[in-house]
Amino acid sequence: MTHHRRSFLKTAARFAMFGSLLSSGLLSATRAFAASWNSAAFTATTLSDALDKAGYAHAADSSDIELKVPEIAENGAVVPVEVTSHVPGTTSIAIFVPDNPNPLIAEFDFLPGALPYISTRIKMAKTSDVRIAIKAGDKVFTTAKQIKVTAGGCGG
Amino acid sequence: MAQPIMMRASLNNGIADIKALIHHDMETGLRKDPATGQLIPAHFINHVTATLNGTPVMEAQWGIGISKNPFLEFRVAGAKSGDTISITAVDNLGTQFVGQATLS
Repeated sequence: MTHHRRSFLKTAARFAMFGSLLSSGLLSATRAFAASWNSAAFTATTLSDALDKAGYAHAADSSDIELKVPEIAENGAVVPVEVTSHVPGTTSIAIFVPDNPNPLIAEFDFLPGALPYISTRIKMAKTSDVRIAIKAGDKVFTTAKQIKVTAGGCGG
Repeated sequence: MAQPIMMRASLNNGIADIKALIHHDMETGLRKDPATGQLIPAHFINHVTATLNGTPVMEAQWGIGISKNPFLEFRVAGAKSGDTISITAVDNLGTQFVGQATLS
């Protein structure tokens, strides 16, 4: 927490220097960012803890979440993941990799206008499930697919 | 100063499809520098916001598991020619990234 606070303060100082160039809108957007990053969920080291901290505990399996991933990923550093939720009223899609050091990869919140669809590329340390969890109103749903990783993406 | 985000947007039957690429190392903080044996500090984008004509439509939080040079594709309904989609991203060190595309 202290760390994030410090980096935020640094950011604020930097912005102050460029004050004349940046609108106050940008600054307030960054302020909101610094306040809302779900550190507890992103630093969780087990899937159940990450699901819980991100608000997806006890999600029910759903076949209305369409998950497109490769069966085999030759490069675990760049694994394409495409998610479409057909659950009415979907407001969030979160991506988890249970066998990564930190299972929560990302969470996307959809505001009015955006369709519950996301495509991105993720890192996978080794062969694992990719688990998707979604929020629709006060309900949570989940689905998963296994991806065989032939070369891990988190090595140094 | 803010770094650019590469964006490509297309419009089909009122649905805008937006693809974005951000140039970023996305360091996890778990990798060791092979030369020194020291951990390379975490440096990753952790917030992304997209707007349609200035109104937020998508907000994302990212962790260290998004790939280097992040790719992102999302869709917005009810869009029309001339509308502007903007993306703002911020990393854990406060560097800001911005991109804008006009639908046609």
